[in-house]
Amino acid sequence: MLLENTIRNKRQEKDILLMTHIVLGYPSFATNRKVVAQMVENGVDCIEMQIPFSEPMADGPVILKANQESLAQGTSVKECMAFGAEMAAEYDIPFLFMTYYNIVYKYGEERFFKDCQKANIQGLIIPDLSPEMGENFFKLATTYQIAPILIYAPTSTNKRMASLNRSANGFIYCAARRGVTGTKSSFDEDFDTYLARCKAATTLPLAVGFGIQDRADVASLTGKVDMAVIGSQTIRLVDEKGPEAVGPFIAGLR
Amino acid sequence: MDTKGYFGNWGGAFIPEILHETFEQLKISYAEARKDPAFWQEYLQLMGSYSCRPTPLTYAENLTKHFGGAKIFIKREDLNHTGAHKANNVMGQGLLVKKMGKKRVIAETGAGQHGVATATMAAKFGFECTVYMGEVDVQRQRPNVFWMEKMGATVIPVKDGSRTLKDAINEAFRDWVTNVDSTHYVFGTACGPAPFPEMVSWFQSIIGQEAHKQILEIHGRMPAKIYACVGGGSNAMGIFQGFLGKDNVELIGVEAGGKGLHSGQHASRLCGNDATPGIAQGYKTMFLQNDEGQMLETHSVSAGLDYVGVSPILVDLWEQKKVRFESATDAEVMEALDLTMKMEGIIPALESAHAFVQAFKEAPKLGKDEAIIINQSGRGDKDIFTIAHAFDDPSWKQFIIDRAKEYDK
Repeated sequence: MLLENTIRNKRQEKDILLMTHIVLGYPSFATNRKVVAQMVENGVDCIEMQIPFSEPMADGPVILKANQESLAQGTSVKECMAFGAEMAAEYDIPFLFMTYYNIVYKYGEERFFKDCQKANIQGLIIPDLSPEMGENFFKLATTYQIAPILIYAPTSTNKRMASLNRSANGFIYCAARRGVTGTKSSFDEDFDTYLARCKAATTLPLAVGFGIQDRADVASLTGKVDMAVIGSQTIRLVDEKGPEAVGPFIAGLR
Repeated sequence: MDTKGYFGNWGGAFIPEILHETFEQLKISYAEARKDPAFWQEYLQLMGSYSCRPTPLTYAENLTKHFGGAKIFIKREDLNHTGAHKANNVMGQGLLVKKMGKKRVIAETGAGQHGVATATMAAKFGFECTVYMGEVDVQRQRPNVFWMEKMGATVIPVKDGSRTLKDAINEAFRDWVTNVDSTHYVFGTACGPAPFPEMVSWFQSIIGQEAHKQILEIHGRMPAKIYACVGGGSNAMGIFQGFLGKDNVELIGVEAGGKGLHSGQHASRLCGNDATPGIAQGYKTMFLQNDEGQMLETHSVSAGLDYVGVSPILVDLWEQKKVRFESATDAEVMEALDLTMKMEGIIPALESAHAFVQAFKEAPKLGKDEAIIINQSGRGDKDIFTIAHAFDDPSWKQFIIDRAKEYDK
């Protein structure tokens, strides 16, 4: 309930919220620190921090490369946990972890939740874990009051969306289109029909991600959903122009 | 398989939500096909007319005399169309794709045999076809790339991660989530999210059904042991299913021992101590991974066995002690290959030669009235570059040098 309430309260003040994404340890934790500072100072409302995995099945080339390079430098889950705790203590916005299920499984599910709770992490996005495959995970999420964020896709049927809604918490992450992260999406009539289906299936706040790259994209979502998710674009920006470029980019999105 | 796709503690379906609906449809189509006797009849007819089924069970008389123990029989999957057991699975899935009305197929490939088989099937059925192949494997198996392209497939070298089979699988999944409406992913082995492990094993069970009948005809009773190499595990599942539950038949899976089980350079998941339970590539199995769940680099002389995971069905059978696992090193494989070529005039694929290694170790210990079957999953002529290189063959090297000079002009 904590994350959902935070989002609802913030939404009272802004027409649309922004969630951003970083890959932990890429290009370094020092750069992650600078990027998060710039994001928070420029009004980002929520940050998902990806714990790198060697097999990031749902990610496109930009985030895939970031995962691999972070691991090549020796990034560990323990360091990611410590970094998450540091950020959550320093800034007054919700921080989430995004990763793949094997990372949680190998860490030990309950230990992972305990450490997330200690670190004040408010939600988890695990794209390869559905409620039916993760019974224990979803129970622990309730016990430890950490929101399991579920994803809706344009291919999800109405029945499926309703069923996912029963296990979801915090907000629903709507993938704007088919495919992996990092390619441009178009927000056409089909998209509006899809959004209407998402809204009908849940009372949770809605975030939309996958291919949101600029002010025009954010504008086209304003008034329709609660939160826009910027993923690969800020990673590209840091690659090309360094962490200092993130602040002005974020400030220019709304 | 239970309702969640598990075999004991292993398997399941850990997939992104985008694929949920397409898996629901696939499960329905697969269940309908399994219930419909006409589907299997159509499959048998196709494999008899387009491929070379039933494949023979060859009595290896010279090897038998050489080892002086059990009669050695070889199940000849190398004589299947495209030269490996892979065609069994691919043609079956092709029939299913026709039923589902999809027009495009994609596949991952390690050794290239599954890619070639898929390209062949796509050409025959008129599907568009894209094959993902790790860059390392493209180098190792260049002739297969040539044939795939000639049959109209697009081959995409994968440059991420370890640039081998697992990375090709990830990339194929990325394609699938993007083109899910038009495309079926022809998974190549008995791994991946449910229903693939069971479905692929079902199509491969044709090997065991034939072998069961053939050994009774030739030998008059059940064999003592059956040997199959295990990469993902589909050829092993194929032949084992014909003999599972027969008390006196021992089933032996042979993994890639690479440079030795203690070298850290192998792909042995079940007979070594390096693999642990994990979830990746859509399913739960024993993976070669580190303590934090990051997959390790694997090594094998054979591209087709060079994989971090293994069929969840085989892990379940291993836990139940219904299948024993052994490993063969790269060096042992070359020796067994050499011997088989010289004594029988048969060229096993490097993958299949792993099964020969273990069979050769155990055959002399068995009585002359007993029989063993080696599943020769594929033919070795596709490996000509790797095998010639490993044998350090001087005249072959000279040929390559001369040919390169010719192209250089």
